[in-house]
Amino acid sequence: MTTPPETDPGPIRQSARAKRATRIADAASGGWKIVAIKILGLGVVDAIAIYALFVLVRSESWLVAGLVVAVTLLVNWIYFSRGKLPAKYLAPGLIFLAIFQIFVLLYSGYIAFTNYGTGHNSTKADAVNSLLLSSQNRVADSPNYRLTVLEQLGEISFLVTEPDGSVSIGGNERPLKEVQNAQLEGGVAVGLDGYTSLGFQDILGKQTEIAAISVPLTDDPNDGMLRTPDGSSAFLYTSSLEYDEAAGTMRDTNSGTVYSDIGTGAFTSDAGQELLPGWKIEVGLDNFVRAFSEDSIRGPLISVTVWTFAFAFLSVFTTFALGLFLAIVFNDKRMKSRKYYRIIMILPYAFPGFLSALVWAGMMNQEFGFINVVLLGGAEVPWLTNEWLAKGSILFVNLWLGFPYMFLVTTGALQAIPEELTEAATVDGAKPWAIFRFVKLPLLLVSVAPLLISSFAFNFNNFNLIYMLTNGGPRDVSAGVNVGATDILISMVYKVAFVGANRDYGLASAFAIIIFILVAGIAIISFRRTKSLEELN
Amino acid sequence: MTATTQKQNPDAAVRSDVVVGHPKRPFKRYFRETGWRHLIGIAMSIFAAFPLLYVFSASLNPGGTLVTANSLFSNFSFESYVDLFNRPQQPYAAWFGNTLLIGGISSLGTVFLGALAAYAFSRMRFIGRRVGLLTLLLVQMFPQLLAVVAIFLLLSGISEIFPAIGLNSQIGLIMVYLGGALGVNTYLMYGFFNTVPSSIDEAAKIDGAGHARIFFTIILRLVAPILAVVGLLSFVGTTSEFVIASIVLIDPDKQTLAVGLYQFVSQEFSRNWSIFAAGAVLAAIPVMTLFLFLQKYIVGGLTAGSVK
Repeated sequence: MTTPPETDPGPIRQSARAKRATRIADAASGGWKIVAIKILGLGVVDAIAIYALFVLVRSESWLVAGLVVAVTLLVNWIYFSRGKLPAKYLAPGLIFLAIFQIFVLLYSGYIAFTNYGTGHNSTKADAVNSLLLSSQNRVADSPNYRLTVLEQLGEISFLVTEPDGSVSIGGNERPLKEVQNAQLEGGVAVGLDGYTSLGFQDILGKQTEIAAISVPLTDDPNDGMLRTPDGSSAFLYTSSLEYDEAAGTMRDTNSGTVYSDIGTGAFTSDAGQELLPGWKIEVGLDNFVRAFSEDSIRGPLISVTVWTFAFAFLSVFTTFALGLFLAIVFNDKRMKSRKYYRIIMILPYAFPGFLSALVWAGMMNQEFGFINVVLLGGAEVPWLTNEWLAKGSILFVNLWLGFPYMFLVTTGALQAIPEELTEAATVDGAKPWAIFRFVKLPLLLVSVAPLLISSFAFNFNNFNLIYMLTNGGPRDVSAGVNVGATDILISMVYKVAFVGANRDYGLASAFAIIIFILVAGIAIISFRRTKSLEELN
Repeated sequence: MTATTQKQNPDAAVRSDVVVGHPKRPFKRYFRETGWRHLIGIAMSIFAAFPLLYVFSASLNPGGTLVTANSLFSNFSFESYVDLFNRPQQPYAAWFGNTLLIGGISSLGTVFLGALAAYAFSRMRFIGRRVGLLTLLLVQMFPQLLAVVAIFLLLSGISEIFPAIGLNSQIGLIMVYLGGALGVNTYLMYGFFNTVPSSIDEAAKIDGAGHARIFFTIILRLVAPILAVVGLLSFVGTTSEFVIASIVLIDPDKQTLAVGLYQFVSQEFSRNWSIFAAGAVLAAIPVMTLFLFLQKYIVGGLTAGSVK
């Protein structure tokens, strides 16, 4: 990239008069339309912010509410005050950038230091609640509570007539509360003002939802819950676990085992047995220590990292080599119909990448694929299921995907090299190969080096190709995490975090941080090489 | 390399093509000079185009599996294309619409946000400008998909409070994509904005135009080529984005083509190959059309520093 001729984008310091003139010009030019659009836009932003604030305050998320207020005030201040032109143009993009790129990267950093994942994705209070809920058993001699199912604003409540005749209402996580003004029918409460009583048909329709409701009898969860099997009578259920809030321990009332919070994010018995779900805690460097010290994770991590570098490097090298070769072949003015070859050859680049990978996966299928059945006459070559063949196939498909780009780029760069240089070298007696090797190639590399580096960075995280073609497979069965022979770092992060029953966000984020550090290394090298920093004025 | 030189070069080459030619060379000399180039050209064309022909032929073979797809062009029927739209389990029409919608809105938003920022960086001098540009250069090295876990958790946190923009919401996904808007494209646009002489701005200013009018009515028109490139690249990028779309969009009705077709293939790989092929052909048409029509612009934009 050459710098454009330096243009002075306006005086750096303006005199007071010039400023005043600018202001008058601005005020005179915009017209009412721009003002109207501005007010409308800000109105929409403010309306959304106020709605958000309302919801946030109701759910008592004070920190987020404070942030919303601060950002909204800032936006209004920027757009309603005079001047601050740069801020006016930068603010919209920066807000998105701050939340969805910078914040999330920092947040990954935080998650890497937690045990967030399956079984550890909530607070301790939530974990206690769901443990008590999941271990409920019906009390053998439970009295029969007569029950009417009520609905208000989509939320279901139980109207309960207790054996002693008193009437109470409650719902999920809302303990029973006595009410006075219920409508009675034969000593059983059947309705309450402000609520709709559900009939038999409605109850059938919401059967699963109603069956999942358990209403705490009192504020103390150890007192038990009311649940209904049929929507007309409820029974008392107590948990076989008992939570001792003062000591912070769970006791199994059947076996008498005590599970205590030993700081691992789950109640654990003395014998080391964990009660799940647990809760999210900060674990310090545990995830990184696991990644580097547990053999079943360290092995795959190292081989995946090596393969990621090898894959990215070889992809850039092969595509560049083929692209350059084709650019030289077709860079001859005597050759006819180059235009048509060119159009056909950029087709792979225009075809959406994820579809190409899926199509190639079909063609390389071991039993039915085109390559084995037609081209190789029925040979069952395991293109995608043998570790080394799969790696080769990935490079081959990436060559198909990537050579058009390199072809286009190097053609452009070759044509930008002045003819005179070739002529001068010819006059000096250089052979064609020498001209290419000592004149054209160095010049070419200078202009395409930044593109090669960005192509490397792209392939470093080329998730789609790997995931769609081989799914990272063949799976490495000895590994402690879900990872295969062709997985690159980013697909390993995805699989550890989102594929399979056991999701480990903490470990996945730790891997992501490792990628971050590697990419930062590449970035530093590329900045040094391209000197792009010097172009900034 | 600026975008303009890149654009013109292929043209010049094509024109000279017509003028230069030696039809009466003896075959041996012809082959040594250009003939072998045609052989390579034909071989490469087959290599490049074959998978596309294969998938097109598979799509014309209704009820076909991976095995029957091997006999190329043995059948010629558009039934698979009809079937594609009559599968309640795989709502292809919805995927297609979602992809166009999400890709369209994100790329428009990306172009707009990027152009605003590039204008500020190119035309104004303010404290933090250099640092800002440096930061953008750095940020563009770290793709959003590195933070995919955090994005998922952030959106699931948001959806507890605002389900409309949280998980399983297309608006949420578009917002995530817009978060990457500045990082990837501003630098590219900044370079192009710099090539527009600022004397144009000054002339307009003297004529009484304010900054907003200068930006919207003058500058944006002059930089239209780079807007087209950034818009198209971002459209292509979003339509084939899989990682974030697959964790954000849960309902089949809300998914994009990338997510939907991947699941389609992984569920019934070889059985409904013909229907998948039809889906792939249809999905590729809009992107490929845009690509081939805007080819010259894209080549210019690519060499200015971005990759697919």
